[in-house]
Amino acid sequence: MTKFNDEQLKEFNRLVARYPEGKQKSALLPVLHLAQDSFGGWLSAETMDYVAGLLNITPIEVYEVATFYSMYNLKPVGKYMFEVCQTGPCMVNGCDDIIEYIGTKLGIKPGETTADGMFTLKTVECLGACGYAPMMQMGKHYKEHLTKEKVDAIIDECRKNAAANN
Amino acid sequence: MSEQPLFKVTIDNITVEVPAGTTILNAARKIGGDVAPPAMCYYSKLEGSGGKCRTCLVEVSKGSEKDPRPMPKLVASCRTTVMDGMEVKNITSDRVMDARSGVVEFLLINHPLDCPVCDQAGECHLQDLSYEHGKAGTRYEFQRRTFKKHDLGDKIQLHMTRCILCYRCVFTADQLTGKREHGVLDRGDHAEIATYIEKNLSNEFIGNVIDVCPVGALTDKTFRFKNRVWFLKPMDAHRDCPTCSGKVTLWNRGDEVFRVTARKDQWGEVEDWICNTCRFDKKQTSDWVIEGPRLIDRHSVISQGHYAGKVGTHKPTETFEAVHAGRQPKLLMDIHSVSEVNKPEITLSKLDRPAHSTDFTSNKD
Amino acid sequence: MGVKLLLEKAHVPGIRYFETYRKEGGYRAVEKALKQMDPASIVEEVKKSGLRGRGGAGFPAGMKWSFIAKPEGVPRHLVCNADESEPGTFKDRYLMEFIPHLLIEGLIVSSFALGSNDTYIYIRGEYAWIVDILEQAIEEAKANGFLGKNILGSGFDCNIYVQRGAGAYICGEETALIESLEGKRGNPRIKPPFPAIEGLWRRPTVVNNVETLAAVVPIINMGGDEYAKIGVGRSTGTKLISACGNINKPGVYEIDMTISVEEFIYSDEYCGGIANGKRLKACIPGGSSVPILPANLLLKTAKGETRYMNYESLSDGGFATGSMMGSGGFIVLDEDQCIVKNTYTLARFYRHESCGQCSPCREGTGWMEKILKNIDTGKGKMSDIDLLWDIQRKIEGNTICPLGDAAAWPVAAAIRHFRDEFEWHVNHPEEAQKRNYGLAHYADPIHVPA
Repeated sequence: MTKFNDEQLKEFNRLVARYPEGKQKSALLPVLHLAQDSFGGWLSAETMDYVAGLLNITPIEVYEVATFYSMYNLKPVGKYMFEVCQTGPCMVNGCDDIIEYIGTKLGIKPGETTADGMFTLKTVECLGACGYAPMMQMGKHYKEHLTKEKVDAIIDECRKNAAANN
Repeated sequence: MSEQPLFKVTIDNITVEVPAGTTILNAARKIGGDVAPPAMCYYSKLEGSGGKCRTCLVEVSKGSEKDPRPMPKLVASCRTTVMDGMEVKNITSDRVMDARSGVVEFLLINHPLDCPVCDQAGECHLQDLSYEHGKAGTRYEFQRRTFKKHDLGDKIQLHMTRCILCYRCVFTADQLTGKREHGVLDRGDHAEIATYIEKNLSNEFIGNVIDVCPVGALTDKTFRFKNRVWFLKPMDAHRDCPTCSGKVTLWNRGDEVFRVTARKDQWGEVEDWICNTCRFDKKQTSDWVIEGPRLIDRHSVISQGHYAGKVGTHKPTETFEAVHAGRQPKLLMDIHSVSEVNKPEITLSKLDRPAHSTDFTSNKD
Repeated sequence: MGVKLLLEKAHVPGIRYFETYRKEGGYRAVEKALKQMDPASIVEEVKKSGLRGRGGAGFPAGMKWSFIAKPEGVPRHLVCNADESEPGTFKDRYLMEFIPHLLIEGLIVSSFALGSNDTYIYIRGEYAWIVDILEQAIEEAKANGFLGKNILGSGFDCNIYVQRGAGAYICGEETALIESLEGKRGNPRIKPPFPAIEGLWRRPTVVNNVETLAAVVPIINMGGDEYAKIGVGRSTGTKLISACGNINKPGVYEIDMTISVEEFIYSDEYCGGIANGKRLKACIPGGSSVPILPANLLLKTAKGETRYMNYESLSDGGFATGSMMGSGGFIVLDEDQCIVKNTYTLARFYRHESCGQCSPCREGTGWMEKILKNIDTGKGKMSDIDLLWDIQRKIEGNTICPLGDAAAWPVAAAIRHFRDEFEWHVNHPEEAQKRNYGLAHYADPIHVPA
């Protein structure tokens, strides 16, 4: 059942309270982030319908927005998502090699998730870290100045964390 | 409402007076003929429509009487309001014609060009536009865009590949029906009209999205592959409808009603929205009171067959010259300037017999 | 060392927190503005300062402020554009991450000047951790009486909220940003009406870049006239430049717009020269959408004069031989970089980020990307180069918002200055897969390694 718990509802109310009366739709983007974080890292139709109900807007208004922005995942993704930047400045600093290296190491192509559901590899466009290229986003944070060794260490750490949390 | 001041605006050397707040496009429509820019996304009855397709771009060569500076960029005439003393160039501007041909090319590169199997053929605005401003060949050598198929129910057929993303159907659903169920999903060149989760469009006025669609993206499933529009006879008819005005156009062949649409004006815009019952369920002549033949006043194949020659023949060259010199509104061509026969000094109507060649020669001396 | 107005204190330990920021002289501008000045005089100071919008367009900030409509009984809003997404640009992130209170302080003063009681920071969704930093700074400011009700007893109420975007470059365009802030797709609006008349929730709104609003703090502290003395001509004050690409010291630098491009690239104070002892080939000096310049036109103008890091000098020569200051995203390419590939990745970026509303941009960006990919991978034809030129020409100026121009300019400039490299790709498809074209005639003539 898709439903925010009390803590999530509190955050939802905090988000909606920022906007004037009757403009609660404005909270849609942050609320979708909250929903994505709360319900398994992606937005199912059910989740979006739930959000539409909470904000008192039609489901299509939510679908339109969720499909427009690239950060909302409309399919399930791995526990860890590697979003590697591939735009100009990162390309100049060798992001292609990094993407290939991650892909080979995990046995997946960009856009795919490993069979164990642990990792998703995604190529993205400029994330605003051009001076620290090549780089990728992992969850809330950036991993910058990537090298093959650094990628190895990140993958190992993810595996370790996942094992510890199970 | 208080009287609005009238603004003078000159479009392609023709001056009209329109109330303040009128758009350049509507001022040009007042003049009529080729001076009116084509519009693929603007729809006067849909609030917020327009500005997107860029086919109606015009050049503002003089901003206004107060501020005569020209506007640096071409502007969307459907969303730019006139200023007093404004001067606009549409078909007299090479920049405009060049940009417009570019827009047509952009609209066509991913269009399937499946007119032979498209129900919209013959009354398609994109067809008209490309015959008038397009090129015979294409410079696009890549695979055309395709989409996953979406089912909108048993009444409305969606062909996303033909869509030009004018947003008219979205505005229609927003403004005509209480609850919109379809919209524009995704972004950029993958943006599409869809419902996200497969869904029938069910509102009783939703059928109007078919009429507002400028292309064959949304067509009438009850008419699908039944006939070609140019074989059908449009007849105005009405019925006592509890939901809508009941004023429609029937598209008949013999006594058979092939489809029902709303009545459309010369710009292809719906005059009165009609309900789904009138559109989809009343297909017997006996359902209707026939008023008479409907004149289709669009520059489309139905009424003119101006595609008879080779592509591009519609360029009204005489008109361009006449327009350059400044012409009277509504007069596409000054007959006197191109005809040896119709000299102004001969008043043929005053002869009480058929005119003879001597009537002209004698006058020359 | 040039003058530092924004980043002078950015590396003081603990400056991210209110206490340290205040100790270092922070929030003096708020005190001065709210206690000694009225909104009109603040706008006047900003006008006098000559501050130009730091987001890319360079429109005078004070003038933009003076356009805001003030209808009776309708709230007005200030919105901070922190949707920094232009490739090559990461200066706002730096400022917000290291010295968030400077932005908050600038926002309070600007909100007071514009009469905005509810001010929003729209930040790109990927900068998730910066949202926390900003929200903490806002909480601290509130706890210390600089935000909330009746700030410093002035009777002025102000709240600042941070809204996260969700991955869309187009939301950096101010009307798309407003749409997004309203919970909609980031489709730019058709203008007019401009936001100053009808913006957020159809209320009068001013949208300014992070750096622009931060610069209001030194302007108020030192006065508009003093601020205007820094820099040169209409390029007043200081500018943050985010330098990246093949340089020894990528990073964010504050410059006072009097230094030359040569000094910026080669001096140790800034970029520290080209990395790995290579030679400079080209540079995109103001974020990915401005025209790329070959080294010879970058360091000197077409007239042979020294080119400086300011609005006027960078655009000297127009698009034929010049470029733009843009957002200050300074992307340096060395001799090993392929212009075709670089242009292709940028075209891919713009195709990916086009909102899809208007036809030239929606269709044209994808078409350019496909052709460039063909040329890059050795499948191009000579006629493709002219076709590209024609496509970009038909996009530029014909779209709803500047993204169309931004997509067209890099392609135009690459062909304008590096046509021979494109032709070489077409003529030597196999060789082009194995090696780079190299420097040819557009190399930096000044810095030739011994």
